[in-house]
Amino acid sequence: METALLDRSSVHDPFPRIFEDGVRAAWPICLGYLPIGLAFGVLAQKGGLSPFEIGLMSLLVFAGSSQFIAVSMMGAGAGLPAVVMTTFLVNFRHFLMSSALAVHLRGMGKGWISLFAYGVTDESFAMNLTRFQDGNWDWKRALVMNQTANAAWFGSTVLGGLGGTFLPAGAFGMDFALMAMFLCLLVFQLRGVFHAVTALLSAACAVVLALLIAGSGHIVAASLLGATLGLALKKFFSRGKGEERS
Amino acid sequence: MTPDPVLVFLAMGAVTYVPRWFPLFALANRTLPRILLEWLELLPPAILSALIAPALVTAGCPKHFQLLTPEFCVAVPTFLVAWKTRSLALTVLSGMFLFWIAGMFLQ
Repeated sequence: METALLDRSSVHDPFPRIFEDGVRAAWPICLGYLPIGLAFGVLAQKGGLSPFEIGLMSLLVFAGSSQFIAVSMMGAGAGLPAVVMTTFLVNFRHFLMSSALAVHLRGMGKGWISLFAYGVTDESFAMNLTRFQDGNWDWKRALVMNQTANAAWFGSTVLGGLGGTFLPAGAFGMDFALMAMFLCLLVFQLRGVFHAVTALLSAACAVVLALLIAGSGHIVAASLLGATLGLALKKFFSRGKGEERS
Repeated sequence: MTPDPVLVFLAMGAVTYVPRWFPLFALANRTLPRILLEWLELLPPAILSALIAPALVTAGCPKHFQLLTPEFCVAVPTFLVAWKTRSLALTVLSGMFLFWIAGMFLQ
């Protein structure tokens, strides 16, 4: 699949080629979604949701960790406001991801942007951003990739709800697929000393904040802190070298 | 009184969608100030490490610091594979393989 990146691709390519590129790019995400989606389906079914409701939830929300949290909250008798507020807080990190993706969506109509937004997840963000930076990527391929991942999530959660896991626990290390993908995409992001410094600062902040605050607020807070401190250091040191910019 | 699940899912979908949508809608196809672009350039490594780091070195509920989790021990060689090969496929497959092996040893 890496060879597909060698020849220039463009947004004007015929649809089958765009479709193929988008679907191919999604494979690590699909692989990682399978065990999580199955596990979620089983859990949700035990929590009293029908396969239809599980599928509807995956389609409407499409955000793994918040779906797990919501199902356990509903199982514990939480009301609508509490579940919705928690979902908002847990998923607010996508606000930052969309901000970083926005600069790459040149020439995309507002309608398509609104459809693309539906597919922004941790995984699709990381994968699309790397591909956009490589240069051989465009919003049509990104859209296909998002929807492929979406289909895998929807399918695996419904399958889990229908009849169990189909996979022995820990099979083939699939539980580590997404972590390995994130690690690789992080390596691709380390494109300069200040990128690396930012990553280290953010990692440290995230660990400290994760220990201090429950939930997933640490991801948003650490990302904001890391990027801002990284930029401040970059500005400070480039000034020190006399590279004054007005 | 338990709320209707469909209603809950609709509301969850709405509060998940809007934060995903708003920055794309507001920022795409727009010329942004240089300083904001530089900040947005540093945001992806910050987000990725914020997602990764706590998953590797914290455990339990409530969370506590734990350096040598299986995830961390597998993440180190996986990171090196990514660094050396620059291949997503090789990294994902070797990470999975190592985690699978680690799981067998820990049982």
